[in-house]
Amino acid sequence: MTSTLATGSPRSLFEKIWDRHVVLRREGQCLLYVDRHIIHDGSFHAFASLARRGLKVRRPGQTFGTPDHYVPTVSRSPADAPTVEIRRMVETFSGNVRAHGIPAFELTDDRQGIVHIVGPEQGITLPGFVLVCGDSHTSTHGALGALAFGIGQSENEHVLATQTLWQAPQKTMLILVEGKKLDHVSAKDIILAIIAKIGAGGAVQHVVEYAGAAIRAMSVEERLTVCNMSIEAGARAGMVAPDDTTFAYLAGKPFAPQGAEWERALRYWKTLPSDPEARFDAEVTLDASRLEPMVTWGTSPEHAAPISGAVPQGPARAHEYMGLAPETKLEGLKIDRVFIGSCTNSRIEDLRAAAAVVRGRKACIPAMVVPGSGLVKKQAEAEGLDAVFREAGFEWRHAGCSMCVGINGDLGRPQERIASTSNRNFEGRQGRGVRTHLMSPAMAAAAAVCGRLTDVRKL
Amino acid sequence: MEKFVSLTALAAPYEPANVDTDQIIPARFLKFPRKDGYGQFLFHDLAEDPDFVLNREPYREAKILVASRNFGCGSSREGAAYAFHDRGFRSVIAPSFGDIFYNNCLKNGIVPVRLSEQECADLRALLAKSPGTQLTVDLVSQEVKEPGGKAHRFTVDSFYREMLLKGVDELGLTLSLLPEIEAFERAYAAEPGSGQML
Repeated sequence: MTSTLATGSPRSLFEKIWDRHVVLRREGQCLLYVDRHIIHDGSFHAFASLARRGLKVRRPGQTFGTPDHYVPTVSRSPADAPTVEIRRMVETFSGNVRAHGIPAFELTDDRQGIVHIVGPEQGITLPGFVLVCGDSHTSTHGALGALAFGIGQSENEHVLATQTLWQAPQKTMLILVEGKKLDHVSAKDIILAIIAKIGAGGAVQHVVEYAGAAIRAMSVEERLTVCNMSIEAGARAGMVAPDDTTFAYLAGKPFAPQGAEWERALRYWKTLPSDPEARFDAEVTLDASRLEPMVTWGTSPEHAAPISGAVPQGPARAHEYMGLAPETKLEGLKIDRVFIGSCTNSRIEDLRAAAAVVRGRKACIPAMVVPGSGLVKKQAEAEGLDAVFREAGFEWRHAGCSMCVGINGDLGRPQERIASTSNRNFEGRQGRGVRTHLMSPAMAAAAAVCGRLTDVRKL
Repeated sequence: MEKFVSLTALAAPYEPANVDTDQIIPARFLKFPRKDGYGQFLFHDLAEDPDFVLNREPYREAKILVASRNFGCGSSREGAAYAFHDRGFRSVIAPSFGDIFYNNCLKNGIVPVRLSEQECADLRALLAKSPGTQLTVDLVSQEVKEPGGKAHRFTVDSFYREMLLKGVDELGLTLSLLPEIEAFERAYAAEPGSGQML
């Protein structure tokens, strides 16, 4: 295990953040201080348990909430939830944040959205922070140079009550993405290629730092996409060292420090990147210039292949569930529905990339776009992207997790084949029997206008 | 939390790798109060699959599962641990686990045991060949014991091992450390870039 505080010895980004947040040590565990705790409408068990113990939220000002998993995307009214139980989840969330004085963007607030879109968008996520949330895709926030990871509801309760969490030091993995990605190859293709290479459990018990020329060249939004799917390789967290791209993105965000505080924070943030001699427990290298657009063919994110390729030999059950025999060509495979959204790919750059493919064309299958936040939606509308999608026959929805996880009732039908920009192609994830193919926004848009898996480079 | 010292119980083998928490409990069941019980949701969408091990006698009554690598990957839903617990499972043995599921087990009185790929494969083969075999998971000696006496060593972090042996969670301990947390906060607040209030 790395991460023992040895002054002067080279440290990684992860170790620098970890060391600064250790309150005390007990046996193999560290009591870690949490800067930001983000909650959502799925955090109800934690509040129920807190109430049973008669405890309060210790630091409501370091807690932030927005409902996303259960919210309807057809409107902003909980009454439009498909069942009473789902409606109750959104209402319970409101009750909890109000009762405990937790700052929150509720459903009718323009700033509401998916927790992993809203945190960075508002500057609630900052470099050097320890940030946790009861959702596995919390790894997303590491793109800003934070240590961010998903926790369970018992851990949620612990953070609510104490603003700390017991954690064992993690192992570290450096993933170097070198080279320059080609046109129409996106951050999504890079992370799918990484997962295909190291496997769905390839980074278990590790915190991953992404580095290399291709990562440096990325926008913050692209880095958020890469870090988002770290958990699909089993990683505890994914991180990118903060740089000028990060600082330019954060400057002026509503919750980012301002004025002299900003200058002071900036000096600290610049000390965060891994020291040149920092050691990692594992290293992986990938050449971005050799990648092409990727799609998944099976029921694990590791079942990803280049669009020009064919279905490889995999577990029999995955072939059966997906209705795809080995050696089937991926390009040309008939698709029934398209979902563009989720914490992986619902930011403005994602919607621009999809709209660029859709413009002047028509969707020939049902397709929907679910922006990641109310502010992303407004921005897209200001740019006329909603009109591009609507004229092509796409549904234009309100912000939420929607068909990525389907808890709000946005589901596909059994045996439907869905081209999805989300992060999980697990059995039943988008509805019982639904067959999910993961891909980038541009590739999903291409699938919508062609009704088939299509190499977007050929459009 | 129920305490766990040692358990001798029927064990079931489950072969697939990368079993995700969406399989363990589909998302649509994640809206019910804990007190209603989550056992009925465990592997719900496999309930009609006659080949699924927990649908077959005698494995139906298993309290220990021996699985494959990266078990419990994916979503952080603690409902996955609730479902195992409420169905009567007290231990899951696998070569590796999704990190969040592993932690959720520790907080729900379920002992997650990491053994090697080979040991897990051998145990699954034993359970498939001799249905009804009981295994012992002993948290004191940190061993999984086969009926023939063969033992497999494992380790659970000593901090959580103590919690499981006593049947307490860590929140009580942490609350007793609040003075230390407050002292940390005072020093930390003066540092640049520390978490300002929202």
